[in-house]
Amino acid sequence: MSEAYNFAYLDEGTKRMIRRALLKAVAVPGYQVPFASREMPMPYGWGTGGVQVTAAILGRSDVLKVIDQGADDTTNAVSIRRFFAKTAGVATTTRTTEATVIQTRHRIPETPLTEGQTLVYQVPIPEPLRFLEPRETETRQMHALAEYGLMHVKLYEDISRHGHIATTYAYPVEVAGRYVMDPSPTPKFDNPKMDDCPALQLFGAGRERRIYAVPPYTKVRSLDFEDHPFRVQTFTEPCALCGARGHYLDEVVTDDAGGRMFICSDTDACETRREDAR
Amino acid sequence: MYVAVKGGEAAIDNAHRLLAEVRRGDPAVPELTVAQIREQMALLVDRVMAEGSLNDPDLAALALKQARGDVVEAVFLVRAFRTTLPRFGASVPLDTGAMALRRRVSATFKDLPGGQVLGPTFDYTHRLVDFALAEEGAPETAAEAEPREDAAATPRVTDLLGRDGLIEPSPLDDGTPLPDITREPVDYPCERATRLQALARGDEGFILALGYSTQRGYGRTHPFVGEIRVGTVEVEFVPEELGFPVPLGTVQVTECQMVNQFKGSRAVPPQFTRGYGLVFGQSERKAMAMALVDRALRAGELGEPLASPAQDQEFVLAHCDSLQATGFVEHLKLPHYVDFQAELELVRRLRAEFEAGREAAE
Repeated sequence: MSEAYNFAYLDEGTKRMIRRALLKAVAVPGYQVPFASREMPMPYGWGTGGVQVTAAILGRSDVLKVIDQGADDTTNAVSIRRFFAKTAGVATTTRTTEATVIQTRHRIPETPLTEGQTLVYQVPIPEPLRFLEPRETETRQMHALAEYGLMHVKLYEDISRHGHIATTYAYPVEVAGRYVMDPSPTPKFDNPKMDDCPALQLFGAGRERRIYAVPPYTKVRSLDFEDHPFRVQTFTEPCALCGARGHYLDEVVTDDAGGRMFICSDTDACETRREDAR
Repeated sequence: MYVAVKGGEAAIDNAHRLLAEVRRGDPAVPELTVAQIREQMALLVDRVMAEGSLNDPDLAALALKQARGDVVEAVFLVRAFRTTLPRFGASVPLDTGAMALRRRVSATFKDLPGGQVLGPTFDYTHRLVDFALAEEGAPETAAEAEPREDAAATPRVTDLLGRDGLIEPSPLDDGTPLPDITREPVDYPCERATRLQALARGDEGFILALGYSTQRGYGRTHPFVGEIRVGTVEVEFVPEELGFPVPLGTVQVTECQMVNQFKGSRAVPPQFTRGYGLVFGQSERKAMAMALVDRALRAGELGEPLASPAQDQEFVLAHCDSLQATGFVEHLKLPHYVDFQAELELVRRLRAEFEAGREAAE
């Protein structure tokens, strides 16, 4: 563990500032709390928001897991896990069940989370209305008035054009019956896992300087219509490695003649199944 | 049989070792020293300090060495270092009127108190490659100017105009604490102090292009360079236990006061308006562009129509930071397997439905 920096890199004053934002975020589920995001030693867009949230909540006894695209061994996950191993000296793991804090980019683990665990999401664009209205001054007002008609119109236009809602990831959700929230670019496959989840879910957007949260056991509803109910992706094949059905799968190109195979995106869930089968 | 790729950790370590090796380049060529970069790449060092928001030439030079000369990467190193520094207060406002001038030019008056001081400038050089520079050699010694009688008093051009009320007064310091964009998130719409802070550390290329756009009709402001001055100013700080300002040292800055036209209104007599630019080191391009954009961003306050990108503070401020921009653009090279998979699935499904629909129609 590096002695030149404070525990978990950030100074205590900064951590306190982030914790205050986190407390507000938990108190107002789904509301985006502005916070004075710091420059971190990794680039914006590479998880600085998640890293700051993790740094602010990490204690010495925590066990940290970091995933990117569901995998523990992708380069950015490795880099962030090492960062905390170096600056905080905390134990790290790849096992979802062993982790107390899980920082993630683009996935929610397949293994159901439990009470006492915290899932920290890295968020690129926290504002679910951003691509409908680029102005912060406008979107803030829309949230204040719960004026989400524009989002429903967008989803309706998808249906009229494609016959489906054409949003496959970062699919908007309504939290605790009030704020519409961006779940970060997780595939909509993962949206149902957010609902009534026993774990605390924290979201950090470093570049955009926003923090938001979903407290444990909170209602998270994916936006939809009565005649076009929300549906998740399904895969026709099981995972080629562990045989799991009902896991989110990555498509792997195996040759240049159209060869494809599908494997679990969650590497821990996949390995655990394979070990259990042995 | 496909086996999931492992070994990311070893690959990262090896990539970093390779980076260190190519950074050094051919070992037969002598290694650059930090002092050489600081002295001979001074304008590059200035830019890294300005966009890094940290006045430390040696650190900026070291960052450039580590970054293989990549400006944004060097700015990143400086910013990441800066963020760990304790902050013990804000300085007294710099008195650029008392600047020890290295250069001072005005485009609005042919001569004025203090005179025009060209100083070290590329202006009026012919941009012909000087092949003699490929060899080492000492340059000619520059001539010393005879000091002007009025050199001690070099009032700012805007102060000269202000005496007759021809230009709007500089906003008064009413003692309200200034915002700090590194400590509070920007809240739109934001005041001028916040905007100037963001512009001062904003990417030179982006600010330059925006300033240029105002000259080409996207938010015209009829600018004149009232004055550009480059030199060193003393930084003073009031320690709480003393209650009076003590000097901390000097910094080199470039200041640009842009004088812009304004018609006046029923309530305000016609007077010129201001655009302001201030950056660390010598960077006239950045200071001038900043002054143009500052003035353009005041359009709302001055009752001008808002129609151009340079007048739109959310557009300008949210996109002027090179670190935020490069981080988010370059994050696209991070894996996006799961999102892409989700899109792939949808496109395949839509195509299948499209084919089914066409067959049904036939």
